[in-house]
Amino acid sequence: MIKLFPRYLITFIVLVFLQVFILNNIQFSGFINPYIYVLFILILPFETPKWLLLVVAFALGITIDLFSSTLGMHSAATVFMAFARPYVLKVISPRDGYESETLPQLRFYGVNWFLKYSVILILLHHFFLFYIEVFRFSGFFTTFIRVVLSSIFTIVLVLISQYFYRKDTR
Amino acid sequence: MRSLINFLLRIHFLILFILIEVFSLFLLVNRNNFHKAKFINSTRQFAGNFYTKTTNLKQYLYLNEENQRLVEENNRLLNIIESTYKSDEIFFRSINDTIFNQRYKYTPARIINNSINKKHNFITLNKGSLQGLRPEMAVVSDGNIVGVVKGVSNNYSTVISLLDLDLRISSKVKKNGYFGSLNWNGEDYKSAILNEIPLHADIQIGDTIITSGFSSIFPEGIRIGFISDFEEKSGSFYKIEVQLSTDFKRLDNVNVIGNLLQTEILEIENQTIKND
Repeated sequence: MIKLFPRYLITFIVLVFLQVFILNNIQFSGFINPYIYVLFILILPFETPKWLLLVVAFALGITIDLFSSTLGMHSAATVFMAFARPYVLKVISPRDGYESETLPQLRFYGVNWFLKYSVILILLHHFFLFYIEVFRFSGFFTTFIRVVLSSIFTIVLVLISQYFYRKDTR
Repeated sequence: MRSLINFLLRIHFLILFILIEVFSLFLLVNRNNFHKAKFINSTRQFAGNFYTKTTNLKQYLYLNEENQRLVEENNRLLNIIESTYKSDEIFFRSINDTIFNQRYKYTPARIINNSINKKHNFITLNKGSLQGLRPEMAVVSDGNIVGVVKGVSNNYSTVISLLDLDLRISSKVKKNGYFGSLNWNGEDYKSAILNEIPLHADIQIGDTIITSGFSSIFPEGIRIGFISDFEEKSGSFYKIEVQLSTDFKRLDNVNVIGNLLQTEILEIENQTIKND
């Protein structure tokens, strides 16, 4: 657990930079904005204490918020996603549970499992984020399309990121 | 007591979640009050430094078009300054002391960060309080409306873009002066909605919409856009769709307009309200 810390710290910084300086500038027709930073919550180890999960999610969200002048928006959505994570993990757990010494990543549990896992959590996050951003239910359908399109993009990016890990390391 | 502690330990995850979530939502709801906070100010400074670097890189790509635009603006301004007109020394003229009477002060600034795909879009400028920017100043680009300065730190400032669901701009139809309030529609960065124009007003597609000058922020006559569509709303008002003349996707150089009489206007308005 402790020896993973430096790597997660680097991942955190890289994801925030990627999000703030590259992805926030992508503006396809004002509809699509992928939020790759949620990858960090997805790949935290299974044994992460639940309270730490929430604290980390808040730290991540508020960092993104401070860079994009949206105080409270990303932190609320990310904390919500972190809250849902243990329950989602429980629901989709493989028959004989999660092995120790593994991480919730594609190379340990395969594309199928990882896709299920990330799609559920990313959709939850994006739903929460986009509706809290609009703060009203008028134009429900437009927001819905934004959620779906942006989710697809985030999911694709998350999947691509999974192939960046070298096979030999854990 | 033991069982209570046990119970709390068991649901600590839920409690912590609710606490953090409520705190986040509290931040979100009070978003606009935090722009002045010290902490936010220092992060703005920090983020601003990074944005400047990335923007420097990006601006190279648009150098050509930007130069073209500046040349056109220069040309237009050269055409209206005094020296291009024939002097008329023969007639008496009343001298207008421009410095004493100056009402608006322009400061050029560059955009270092901009968004158009949120519901509350922000722009970051590379100038701040040290260069004379204050909250509540107007931001325009080549005579087109951009937004209102919200928070300033020493060297950077954030601007609420016109593309913000909560920002309302007092505006009027140029040709006949009927005024209403303009508000972004939240969907398209190219259009906004103008409300409160009465039905008896004569309007046509293509009419120019400008700022009314009734607020102490924007001077009169800043161009907003053109009427692209209108319909009768229930009641006695039009709902007018305005095509914005500012291209928010390509903003680069802007001017910040400070109203030198702003405090005086607000003071007398507040006094009148109090007296009522």
